[in-house]
Amino acid sequence: MNLIKYRYLYFGISLLVIIPGVLALIFWGLPLGIDFTGGSLLEVKFASGQPPAITDVEALYNEMSTSQADISNPLVQPVGTDSLSINSKEMNDALKSQIVAALKDRFGGGQDVTIENFTQVSAVIGKEVAIRAAGAVALASLAILIYITIAFRKVPNSFRYGTAAIIATIHDILVTLGAEAILGHFLGWQADSLFLTALLTIIGFSVHDDIVVFDRIRENSNLYRRIDFTTVVNHSIVQTLDRSINTQLTVMFTLLALALFGGTSIRHFVVILLVGVFSGTYSSIFNASPVLVVWENKEWRNWFRRKPRTENI
Amino acid sequence: MNRRQYNWLILIIPLIALAIWVDVSKQITISNPFKSGTSLIDRNVQTRLGLDLRGGLQVLMEADLPADSTVSTSDLNVTRQILESRANALGVSEVVMQVAPPRRIVAEFPGLQDPEQVVASLQQTGLLEFVDMGTTPVAAGTIIQTDFGTSTTTSTATTETLTTVPTITPTSNPSATPAPTETPVAATTIYHTVMTGAALSSVNVQAATLGGFDIAFTLKSDSATMFADYTGSHINQYLAIVLDKKVISVPSINSKITGGQGIIQGSFTQESANTLAIQLRYGSLPIPIKVVESQSVGATLGAESVSRSEVAGAIGLLIVILFMVIYYRLPGFIADLALMVYAMVSLMLFKLIPVVLTLSGIAGFILSIGMAVDANILIFERLKEELRAGRTLHQAIDLAWKRAWPSIRDSNSSTLITCIILYWFGSAFGASVVKGFALTLALGVLVSLFTAIIVTRTFLHSVLDNIKFTEHPRWFGIQESHNESN
Repeated sequence: MNLIKYRYLYFGISLLVIIPGVLALIFWGLPLGIDFTGGSLLEVKFASGQPPAITDVEALYNEMSTSQADISNPLVQPVGTDSLSINSKEMNDALKSQIVAALKDRFGGGQDVTIENFTQVSAVIGKEVAIRAAGAVALASLAILIYITIAFRKVPNSFRYGTAAIIATIHDILVTLGAEAILGHFLGWQADSLFLTALLTIIGFSVHDDIVVFDRIRENSNLYRRIDFTTVVNHSIVQTLDRSINTQLTVMFTLLALALFGGTSIRHFVVILLVGVFSGTYSSIFNASPVLVVWENKEWRNWFRRKPRTENI
Repeated sequence: MNRRQYNWLILIIPLIALAIWVDVSKQITISNPFKSGTSLIDRNVQTRLGLDLRGGLQVLMEADLPADSTVSTSDLNVTRQILESRANALGVSEVVMQVAPPRRIVAEFPGLQDPEQVVASLQQTGLLEFVDMGTTPVAAGTIIQTDFGTSTTTSTATTETLTTVPTITPTSNPSATPAPTETPVAATTIYHTVMTGAALSSVNVQAATLGGFDIAFTLKSDSATMFADYTGSHINQYLAIVLDKKVISVPSINSKITGGQGIIQGSFTQESANTLAIQLRYGSLPIPIKVVESQSVGATLGAESVSRSEVAGAIGLLIVILFMVIYYRLPGFIADLALMVYAMVSLMLFKLIPVVLTLSGIAGFILSIGMAVDANILIFERLKEELRAGRTLHQAIDLAWKRAWPSIRDSNSSTLITCIILYWFGSAFGASVVKGFALTLALGVLVSLFTAIIVTRTFLHSVLDNIKFTEHPRWFGIQESHNESN
């Protein structure tokens, strides 16, 4: 089985997935949750089972909005059949109580309206979280790069393995962010601190997978010194393919179980993890190791020639 | 089986027994055999659920000081202690308060019904002042106005304390109460604040020589000189102790107080002396605090999440167990046993440490099951390769473990590195969501290394001592004909 032969096809598939996501990021942006922007999130449950229309709630918020606490133009979304999630700028507790009372009076239908969840984050904290989040991702990447370079120090060009892992990781980050931007646009999902947790987990998983393949390359390079690098890499990918697919399947099983049967509050988190873990396995097989081959052969020297030879090796 | 495998078995079997014992108990007790009535270990090992699972309120508080000012860790710790004692006094049980340096405190109030009230009372009790009454004392309970906090430039005597508390106000959250409560002001006189509670270093109740009780206090050294000067020039005048602008006691100054040690005398009973001492000790926060983030979760949502996650976890685990048996046959079955050991040991650790389980923590745990299986998959794929290469079974097992180890080590190390960074990130701004996830995932990875590598291998060797592989290659998922199928 010659998998490495089609490496440019794999890169193409990756680009095909990444480009729409990146476009979504550019044009729609990443919908950030209040964890990062600051604001308040109020989730209320209507015991009557009949939540009011979204426009009614928006009108109520606009009416309650004052110059001190500007809560106009909230983002209202239905949760299940009987609850609403309302996202607005920061408000104080007194105003929140007024709003809940008004919701009960006007739309409660004589039954109770209960607060399921109320989260409030000040804008300063939100900004700080966003900065720290970026810092955490950068730090995690750097730490992994250093670890891999040390772990593969006995292989020639050990630095390349770390770099290839980071390239594959960036692939997965882009796929995940793109998926979040697209899903956020259509389903109203927002990137919160759980999303960030998912992203960091995906990075961990992706590198985990990369290392398993790299480890085979490390071992095979010592076993077959005469054989050229491309063949060694291909052989290593094929040898670890069963493991890659099986591990992928077990993780997918647990995640699918969580997505289908777990609570609604983590569904967003789990779906993003599914996307990212799949991307992570793909990139470990079809991106990370092929990048090593491209680097070893210095194939970029042939990319812009009139007759590209590399396409059909 | 060689001796080393038996040694592991001696360790593993009691570990399983211990794990089962802890997992099914709510309380573990080992009585002391040498002294009846006492116990060596007596611990509550109930599973601790986070706020998102049991419902409750989480509040992130921050020092309400200019961003460029530094907050000392000890001040922050004292503030946490005071807030915690206030919260406990409110009758809220199992309050968790943690300092998140450099300037934050995270408080969790499980199962609370009325979160606003708690926040308000935490914030409102606050400012303890020693106020110059001159020669005309006012009655205890009167609400007065003081010059503290209103102007930071005019008072000279209070500069020392002002450096730590520049703009303290009782309701420091600007949006908490819309209208300031000004109604019961007794007089329009603005009294001078000599010092605040921040100047006190210790307060004790002691028996007075003439019966009754006194309160002895010690000032911090930087305030002692100022207080000595003040008391020296104000003998026979009154110094009111004022908590949140409300006079709680008006002792008179009998003599110059030098060395920073003084006694408040009065007709105190032990009870009233204690109350005043507690107010002096805990009345004021060394740092003004504001709420920057709050989150409350209804208990019903939490209960629903728990039951759903349990079901989801069970289903996920079942699918993985079936997959392993179907694909890897006998080794898969052994790995499933190891997986159960893994689940039991992890649960034991969660209960013993204790780890507060949140929704994301459970997600981290379920994900770590996937990683635990991965280590076994790596080994079994190797095992198949070695068996195909024609090695004997015991040789193949040892080789498979040896060869799979570097990849297991390196891949799990990278996950642990990510966990450490996540944990740091979570602690830094009090995101228990991220922290819980990192902690359970890291624990899961560590336990899985033990179960996948040592437990599976020991079990496999034990079983193989009693069967002959050559008669049952299918038990290992190997075709009778040794074909290298790639």
